[in-house]
Amino acid sequence: MRNMKLTLKIWRQSGPNAKGEMKTYPVNDVSEDMSFLEMLDVLNDDLVRKGEEPIAFDHDCREGICGSCSLFINGEAHGPGRMITTCQLHMRKFKDGDTIHVEPWRSGAFPVIKDLAVDRSAFDRIQAAGGFVSVNTSGNLVDGNAVPIPKDDADTAFDAATCIGCGACVATCVNSSAMLFVAAKVSQFALLPQGKPEAKRRVLAMVEQMDKEGFGNCSNTGACEVECPKGISLEHIARMNREYLTASATKD
Amino acid sequence: MARSALLGSSLAKKYWMALTGLFLCTFLIAHLAGNLQLLDMSPEGQLKFNAYAKFMTTFPLVKLVSYVLYASILFHAFDGFLLAVQNRKARPVKYAHEKAGANSTWYGRQMALLGTLVLVFLIIHMKTFWYEMHWGELGLDVDGNKDLYTLVATVFTQWWYVALYVMSMLVLAYHLLHGFQSAFQSLGLNHPRYTPVIKNVGVFFAVIVPVFFALIPVWMFINA
Repeated sequence: MRNMKLTLKIWRQSGPNAKGEMKTYPVNDVSEDMSFLEMLDVLNDDLVRKGEEPIAFDHDCREGICGSCSLFINGEAHGPGRMITTCQLHMRKFKDGDTIHVEPWRSGAFPVIKDLAVDRSAFDRIQAAGGFVSVNTSGNLVDGNAVPIPKDDADTAFDAATCIGCGACVATCVNSSAMLFVAAKVSQFALLPQGKPEAKRRVLAMVEQMDKEGFGNCSNTGACEVECPKGISLEHIARMNREYLTASATKD
Repeated sequence: MARSALLGSSLAKKYWMALTGLFLCTFLIAHLAGNLQLLDMSPEGQLKFNAYAKFMTTFPLVKLVSYVLYASILFHAFDGFLLAVQNRKARPVKYAHEKAGANSTWYGRQMALLGTLVLVFLIIHMKTFWYEMHWGELGLDVDGNKDLYTLVATVFTQWWYVALYVMSMLVLAYHLLHGFQSAFQSLGLNHPRYTPVIKNVGVFFAVIVPVFFALIPVWMFINA
């Protein structure tokens, strides 16, 4: 198989407060079997050999489950292709001679740390505000069948729980809204009996934190659902809208 | 939470956007139903329309609803402005290369722009007819009612005015195409069985209502 020659235009920014710019890098010998991150590894290897600063980007598991890898590739979160993270994006999606634009997630709530790596701790703070159940789960296991849960509810809760918190929803949203992420985290508990006792407090606290972090508002464009690597549905956003409305109306 | 329940959170703003938006949709139906009388351009049609205009500006219940309507228009615009300002602030550094068309419609992303254009149209529209009806110097018809019909008929003899109306209805159509179904989602009304129905009704509404509105000036221009 013939290897590809590509031109990469990559955002370089030396630190959080430094001025960044798009820089052009030619890469030769790219195999179509490489993942996008492996292609960047090859480029970084080359940069290090030449004594230049390698490009910083986030990655960890490289099998699509950790949510670390980000990258806005050719104008789309995680690049072209659906239901994948950047580590699952293969170079066979591109053609010899292509120019590829690579930018970090752009959101005021996700400040750039360096180059393509952004600080997504805003998501952690939203989660910490209410995305949990206050029960001691050590040493007092309850039989699974003791709490009956309709299969559909369990499945929908699980679908919501597949959110890996990568931030593609924020990156792709015209308003940098975090609604899909927060809705997934609210839904995974709201649907289950274990989550019900704290449901009101949870949704109010998580939305309040979401607003504090400076994310934009939801315009229901549906772009997040399309770009989400786990296919989290807009139905979860509607559920959060319902949860929040009833919680605001009935809170003490 | 000390913030106001009305506009405090991002979600509360969206609820109000949805509620006022859907109310304005019901107004569009009523307004269209009344204005379709203008298609009857006979002398009797003129008198009927003027009598209808008098009823709409004097009957107490209609007047009361019209105040709710003015408030809704202003609030929808103000709330939309607040949302748009926050949305712009949320992404201080823009993307150099974006392919937004791959995952969403342009009109869904440009609701603020479309809404602003609708508002500009509304200001022109209300100055031309609403202001003149209330405070202008309108002549009287043979029944002694203000002759709004003649004003409308005269205005729509100007081709550029007709063109402005048709263009504005196109803008409104796109605003409704996203806004109608979006309002239900904002209120949390999403259901596998009903959402497809809501979306289809939304498309039907967004096409039919502006087309009939646009038909009125075109019809009056042709038959002048």
